[in-house]
Amino acid sequence: MTNETSTESRIDDVIEQGMTTEPQGPSRPVPETVGPPGVIETKSMNVYYGDFLAVADVSLNFGRNQISALIGPSGCGKSTVLRSLNRMNDLVPTARTEGEVHYHGENIYADGVDPVEVRRTIGMVFQKPNPFPKSIFDNIAWGAKINGFRGSKAELEGLVQEALEGAALWDEVKDKLAESGYSLSGGQQQRLCIARAIATKPDVILMDEPCSALDPIATLRIEELMLELKENYSIIIVTHNMQQAARVSDKTAFFNVKLDESGMRTGRLVEYSPTDQLFTSPTEKDTEDYITGRFG
Amino acid sequence: MSVQAPKRRNQVVFPSESEYRGQLNRRRRKASAFQFFCLAMLSVAVLALATLLYTIVNDSFGLVAIVNENDPRDIVAGLGYDPEATSLQDVSYDELVALLETTVSSGVGRRLEREQRFYEDRLVFEDDGIWAEICASDAPPTGCTSAPRDDSNVFALVQERVVVPDVIASNQLIPSLLDQDAFVQEVVAAFEADRFPDYTIDQVTMEWRAWFNPTFLFTPQNSTPEVAGIRTAILGSAWLVLITILFAVPVGVGAAIYLVEYAKPSRLNDFLQTNINNLAGVPSIIYGMLGLAIFVRVFEPFTSGAIFTDGVPPSDNGRTIVAAGLTLGLLTLPVVIISSQEALKAVPDSLRHAGLALGATRWQTVRSQVLPVALSGILTGTILAVARAIGETAPLILVGAATFITTDPTGPFSKFTALPIQIFQWTSFPQQEFHNIAAAASVALLLLLLTLNAVAVILRNRYSRRAE
Repeated sequence: MTNETSTESRIDDVIEQGMTTEPQGPSRPVPETVGPPGVIETKSMNVYYGDFLAVADVSLNFGRNQISALIGPSGCGKSTVLRSLNRMNDLVPTARTEGEVHYHGENIYADGVDPVEVRRTIGMVFQKPNPFPKSIFDNIAWGAKINGFRGSKAELEGLVQEALEGAALWDEVKDKLAESGYSLSGGQQQRLCIARAIATKPDVILMDEPCSALDPIATLRIEELMLELKENYSIIIVTHNMQQAARVSDKTAFFNVKLDESGMRTGRLVEYSPTDQLFTSPTEKDTEDYITGRFG
Repeated sequence: MSVQAPKRRNQVVFPSESEYRGQLNRRRRKASAFQFFCLAMLSVAVLALATLLYTIVNDSFGLVAIVNENDPRDIVAGLGYDPEATSLQDVSYDELVALLETTVSSGVGRRLEREQRFYEDRLVFEDDGIWAEICASDAPPTGCTSAPRDDSNVFALVQERVVVPDVIASNQLIPSLLDQDAFVQEVVAAFEADRFPDYTIDQVTMEWRAWFNPTFLFTPQNSTPEVAGIRTAILGSAWLVLITILFAVPVGVGAAIYLVEYAKPSRLNDFLQTNINNLAGVPSIIYGMLGLAIFVRVFEPFTSGAIFTDGVPPSDNGRTIVAAGLTLGLLTLPVVIISSQEALKAVPDSLRHAGLALGATRWQTVRSQVLPVALSGILTGTILAVARAIGETAPLILVGAATFITTDPTGPFSKFTALPIQIFQWTSFPQQEFHNIAAAASVALLLLLLTLNAVAVILRNRYSRRAE
């Protein structure tokens, strides 16, 4: 943006800086979070894969009815953080989470908390559209059924319509609900996945790079949809696309990779502030380097 | 500008233009030689299969020189039908029984009736009083309890006892087609050499015979090859398949689901996995020994059916369909587990994640999303494994399939024979006619396998289409 350096010198910069970081103590101050009361709050969360510390000391407060974006270079642990928020990381056999993740004041990692219950209220949309190999109708109705939906057939149909309308897909598919979810285009499939997620009436929706497999037009539609969804849901999104974060999010968390003394590449939260502020006047040098394209 | 530099570098690292041309030709020759080699190997495989089919079909059809004690045409005429229009097979059940009554000796008749009676409500050969007495005895004959004979059964009896065909010489299909006279001369020469002192050459009729025919499929086993059939063996094999599937599919699929969907990676799991893979390679005769030791001996009260009846077991010992079916089930199990695991692993994780992220339990996800997608693979693998088990002979010999049994199996606790056992037994006899019926039984077995494989293909297509 403001940086007018040529490609060569930018590469040189990266080589010079590398991924090694200036010696900075682990007790680097994380900017205070301000804003409306949070819906999910992580407290000094560490996530390990086996012995490998993937992301360390994450303390974040995600706002209600806001879109919060997690950005950072590859391998910085932003997806790991996202998956820890609804215990999807439990599916990785070696994954282990330390610290606390509070949802409405309850630690979801406390003993006796059933991950099934957590995932029902904190839904998720994945990087690649993954509809079930079933009809469009069943794709949405299944989530309701397995969660004990007791309504009549008409009520179920109403729920499906509501979810598809909520995902701005109804007009495109209302005449072909019995067709396979795979018959849709990539962008439509992703909106179907969003409809599927909101059909179970979650509170929070996690989105893991939801547009990375889509073309720019489909991406734009999803972004518009997110802004609509924010009225009723709290959204946390991981994205590689900084413009996307700038366009849709209210607050942005920047993660970076740090090499520790033993050479482990651990992700750390660098800065978490309102999006305007983070992109215009970042407090950290790393953040500025990243958003101006100096590395990453 | 900088075109010169790369060229110079090329000359050092890569061959010159002319060298490269020569190299290219050599590479082409090698490539076509390799292609030819693969084609040759394919030809060998096709040739081997063709030879196999040729041998079987060659023996299943052909010319025979036959001597009937009573010409079926005369018998039909004797019953008052026109032999040109009616064959012996068209004659009614009652007339066939009457024919038997007038032809066979009363001793043979009584024996046949004790084996299996002709009518539910009346006796043909036995006296009512004696029948009641022997049925009340400690060891009642099978005729007291089993259902009466049916059409095909009585027709076979008439063939065996009244027509009494004797195939004195049989010729294979291809020689019969190519040189009919040679076979005729062979038979004539045999008569001139006085090889058949009981017959005159006038009694001999030459006819085409399909050893593999509907009657052969529906006739019980018999010691005379001319009238023997494979109905007993087909029913035995069907029972075995049923029990094999009932055992191997739930156990195998269940184990595979646990290993793929639930088990966390651990040393114990690796150990189990290695052992399952190894079990799939254990020779079938070892499963037979296991079946003999466990199912026939240790579980005898169960496999003989004794624990299901008060006192009188349905079978003398544990050498029953259940024991053999469980043995084949064990034999099939590792293959079912492995193919089900592969099918489950082929289901993308994204589906599981999608299900779990909606708040489904693991079982709900597996049941509604993973299994339907994996089903075609599981079914295909299972059917192919079961098809393999149908042809198994060694374990059946060990667990004691009866080689000669003429009564249909009545349930899972009866003695039995199976198609491969029958083929094995018939092949071991020296007479050509037995080889003919062994070949005909092989045709039946191959058709059965082809049917099963076709079912596998149909199921796979059907379910994989549904999954899209």
